[in-house]
Amino acid sequence: MTPTEIAAILEEQFGPAVTGKNLAALDPFIALDPAKLVEVCTFLRDDPRLRFELLNDITGVDYLETDPKKVAKAGFDPHLEVVYHLSSFSYPGRRFTLKLILPRWKGNQPGELPEVPSVAGIWRTADWHERELFDLVGVYFTGHPDLRRILLAEDWVGHPLRKDYEYPLEYHGIRCR
Amino acid sequence: MGLLEGHFEDGFVATNLEYAVNWARESSLWPMTFGLACCAIEMMATGAPRFDIDRFGAGAFRATPRQADLMIVAGTVNLKMADRVRRLYNQMPDPKFVIAMGACTCGGGPYYKYGYNVAKGVDLVVPVDVYVPGCPPRPEALLEGLMRIQDKVRKMKEYHKGQPVDVPIPARTGSVRLPDELATPEKAAEFALENKERGKPAKA
Repeated sequence: MTPTEIAAILEEQFGPAVTGKNLAALDPFIALDPAKLVEVCTFLRDDPRLRFELLNDITGVDYLETDPKKVAKAGFDPHLEVVYHLSSFSYPGRRFTLKLILPRWKGNQPGELPEVPSVAGIWRTADWHERELFDLVGVYFTGHPDLRRILLAEDWVGHPLRKDYEYPLEYHGIRCR
Repeated sequence: MGLLEGHFEDGFVATNLEYAVNWARESSLWPMTFGLACCAIEMMATGAPRFDIDRFGAGAFRATPRQADLMIVAGTVNLKMADRVRRLYNQMPDPKFVIAMGACTCGGGPYYKYGYNVAKGVDLVVPVDVYVPGCPPRPEALLEGLMRIQDKVRKMKEYHKGQPVDVPIPARTGSVRLPDELATPEKAAEFALENKERGKPAKA
């Protein structure tokens, strides 16, 4: 089954939840409405035609140009993307990609993390991936069983892989820069 | 010991206590197993027969700080670990020594600029006696570092009981005082910007 057919099935099933697609890309993807994510993912895993049993990884991408001179050329508005790479055991070699396009901050309030429903209930592997994403990129996964920082210390402030992250001056009396 | 030499029967040696204790101490420095990253592999190689750190009496790697005299910090110290490093250092009995092994522990190494979670040198966390640079250092370099520690032990003056030994403290240790240009976040930002401007390639 080609990515085009997979996208057609999803569009037929969920219609307006699919907000965009690019099937000519190296990793053909569709963009989804975050609110419908759990529904779509359950369908992708359980539908006998699709059977995406494996979530390879979840990636967070921060689209922000911090250099004011390059903003005009950047070609994107500041936003955050969460990318899900799926593959299948039942149909070896089949891959698909989902994207969620989020605001950088919830309600444009700096410090308020954008929210995404957790898929840890669908693929167990998403548990730690989502924790890592929460830790480093700063995406809040609603409904996650145990959303704590996974790599950095528990009392860390901020999310280091955000483009506008400011490095701490000091941590527990240790100079950091 | 020239005066007393030859005045006793065979099998007796005359020396002073300080020398004897220092000799015993330098010949049985027990390091603590403290491999944090890739330098640990080189530290293991140093312990293995080819390089054999046991020749210097420092082959008994202890898994607890309470039995160790020497902490070989081998590998990147991130800030989450730095708390633990300090804690373990405090648990070691005096006299204690620290070798900073590798570029990361000497000054941050490749993580110096963008390592958001890396301590820029373990000397910001605990006092360091000997720095062994390299990425990672060869086992010979670590052995050299160990011998410098032994030099230091040999020079220890008095035999203290219960008192901390007066080991010269290197300059970049203890609590941190920021240089003036980094004192406040605003100044630090200004400094960073200045640095960036300075780093730009000259226009043709």
